[in-house]
Amino acid sequence: MHIDRYERMWITISGGLLIVFAIALGFSSVVLGVRLPGLSDQLLPTAAAGPHDINEGWVRQLAPGRYEVNMRARVWNFNPGEIRGPAGSTVTFYIHSEDIIHGFKIKDTTVSLMIIPGQTAKATYTFTEPGEYLFVCHDYCGAGHHFMSGRVIVEEL
Amino acid sequence: MAATNVAKGVADAYTPPVTERKLSLAFIAVGFAHLLIGVLLGFFQGLEHAGIDLYAYLPLIRHYYQGLSIHGVFNVLVFTTCFIGGFLFFVVGRGLKRPLESASLGWLTFWLSAVGVILVDYTLFTNQASVLFTSYAPLQAHPLYYIGLALVVVGTWLMLVISLRTTFAWRRENPGQRIPLIAFGANVTLIMWTMASIGVAIEFVGFLIPWSLGWLPGTDPLLMRTLFWLTGHPIVYFWLLPAYISWYFMVPKQVGGKLFSEPLARLAFLLFIPLSLPVGFHHQYLDPGVSEGYKAIHAFLTFAVFMPSAMTAFTVLASLEIGGRARGGKGLLGWVTKLPWGDASVSAQLLAMVLFSLGGVSGLINASYNMNLVVHNTMFVPGHFHLTVGSAVALTFMGVSYWLVPYLTGKRLFSKRMAAWQPWLWFFGMLIMSRGMSWMGMLGAPRRTALGSASYFLAEWTPPAWMTAIGGVLLTTSGLLFFINLFGTLWASPKAAAQEQQVPLAEPYEENGTLPNWLDRFTPWVTTTAIIVLITYGPTIYRLITDLDLSWTGLRPY
Ligand code: HEM
Ligand SMILES: [Cu+2]
Ligand SMILES: [Cu+2]
Repeated sequence: MHIDRYERMWITISGGLLIVFAIALGFSSVVLGVRLPGLSDQLLPTAAAGPHDINEGWVRQLAPGRYEVNMRARVWNFNPGEIRGPAGSTVTFYIHSEDIIHGFKIKDTTVSLMIIPGQTAKATYTFTEPGEYLFVCHDYCGAGHHFMSGRVIVEEL
Repeated sequence: MAATNVAKGVADAYTPPVTERKLSLAFIAVGFAHLLIGVLLGFFQGLEHAGIDLYAYLPLIRHYYQGLSIHGVFNVLVFTTCFIGGFLFFVVGRGLKRPLESASLGWLTFWLSAVGVILVDYTLFTNQASVLFTSYAPLQAHPLYYIGLALVVVGTWLMLVISLRTTFAWRRENPGQRIPLIAFGANVTLIMWTMASIGVAIEFVGFLIPWSLGWLPGTDPLLMRTLFWLTGHPIVYFWLLPAYISWYFMVPKQVGGKLFSEPLARLAFLLFIPLSLPVGFHHQYLDPGVSEGYKAIHAFLTFAVFMPSAMTAFTVLASLEIGGRARGGKGLLGWVTKLPWGDASVSAQLLAMVLFSLGGVSGLINASYNMNLVVHNTMFVPGHFHLTVGSAVALTFMGVSYWLVPYLTGKRLFSKRMAAWQPWLWFFGMLIMSRGMSWMGMLGAPRRTALGSASYFLAEWTPPAWMTAIGGVLLTTSGLLFFINLFGTLWASPKAAAQEQQVPLAEPYEENGTLPNWLDRFTPWVTTTAIIVLITYGPTIYRLITDLDLSWTGLRPY
């Protein structure tokens, strides 16, 4: 078997490029901290007892500028469907499905999650810019899927 | 030179028996009949995104999602599988130049798949299976939908049985010879697929069918997704490899070239067996409950499975270049213009290759681990796969049909003029539609959504939505040109003169030798694949099974 010189170059360059890409992704994930959901997300929000029942939707302040949201998804709404907070807030979302698979994507952020019954989807994001952030269900969940949405309203300080 | 080629071609000629040609034709006809319906529904989906909702005027189709379920299932499950069945049966018989073992088993395969397809058609058209082609539980469909799809999968296993039995019979008759290239490709495709299909087989037979019949109390959503994507990514190589068979081993002949590197062609095919399977988590990057570590491993292997496609790009281009230069093409790129673009079968497949290179790039973006956070389940994704399965695969299959259907029927192509326009319309339509979709996705528009009626539709989505719709209109026109030609050839075309019926089979370019014999055996590749799958999937599936949670009952909100 003989491999043409140019073909060998092509294979080496493509392979090398892919390795560079992989390193860049590793860097952005480990060093820059743009993370994917994983196993640890089975964690429930802290203090899941008392008035903060995880079977209900709620927002609570943990400290100034730090919020925790327990969100329930079902056909075809999110609860809570509207979340307010001051600019600069860091919000951690814990999302559970009550029925079937849904999705959760906040526009113009890196928050994007699948909401799978039996699992807890978790993401954290710091909202620096004031404004209204649309969030939508981004996986098919039946005839009313295109109505399933809500808003994060980030207010000026 | 030309004369000896023709003489050689005649000496080489082998025409599969009538019953086998009919078998291939039957599969291909069922496949394209479904693609026709799929394409028509695509037209309505594109318009819907631009705010023109015409579903009220359609018979049987009650809403966007029923239509989208049909579009997805018909285009990528029914059309692809049926066309591939017909094509690969032909390729195995013609490649080995002997009858299939056996044609009657082939017909059993056909009828089994046909019954499956009818069940799927019935449940989809009656809105009892509007769960989209991914069939994610706990969304639930009618049991006959799952049973129908399972029968189609069993049909593909029979395809492997026939392909291997024929190959073994050929080996006994031709000891010590290499398996001819196209038959080799067919075997690799079916071996890879059969291993890959074990995921959905367990999902459907072990869980979804009994669950939808009420024999299981509920189902475990994450385990179902995981089993689905264990099959769901390799299935794209099940669609793509038959297209590669044509690109590597047939198109070079059609343009007067040679297969540039036979050893690398064989190697690329073989590499797809172990590399296609352990990558499914790249569809589950955003799933809670799957560890980041395994996602990263799958991300890395997804990059690895890009390599055999990169090799394909080089070998196929070099093979085309041999043809272009033989036809008098000069300079760095002058040979491109000398390729026989006027031959619709060639232009369709060359344009499919161009679109595929764009699809490859957008695919790398999707696969890029945390970059997926931006594009996951947005319109960017259909923007990607209409370039791959919707073009590289579908347009190639159309291009192949331009010679294969006349060959199988012994008839003339109904209209060469229509055929000449069709690939170009598809090409430009697809460039526009896929650009519109990707743009819309970058602006955060979700996929699988009746955006035209969405309560939250944003003004900034309007321009790309119109691009999507306009591209879709061009594509539908192209599709209709193809289908008129296809059904015209089947029903309204005269018998052709004998010399029009050639099977294009490229000869290898001798200088690059051949693959060492020991690489030519399938068993080591199958074993390696099994080991890699155990390592990359074993722990996750084991954990999900030990934590099995069958409390999620079915819901049919459609
Ligand atoms: C006339 C040609 C076509 C048009 C206008 C068209 C249009 C569309 C549109 C607008 C969507 C909906 C996007 C969404 O809501 O997420 C879609 C989805 C899809 N299309 Fe096409 N398409 C065409 C041909 C094809 C072909 C040839 C294939 C494959 C062979 C294909 C495979 C798919 C698949 C798999 C989906 C996704 C379904 C799902 O999300 O469940 N399409 N198409
Ligand atoms: Cu939803
Ligand atoms: Cu939804």
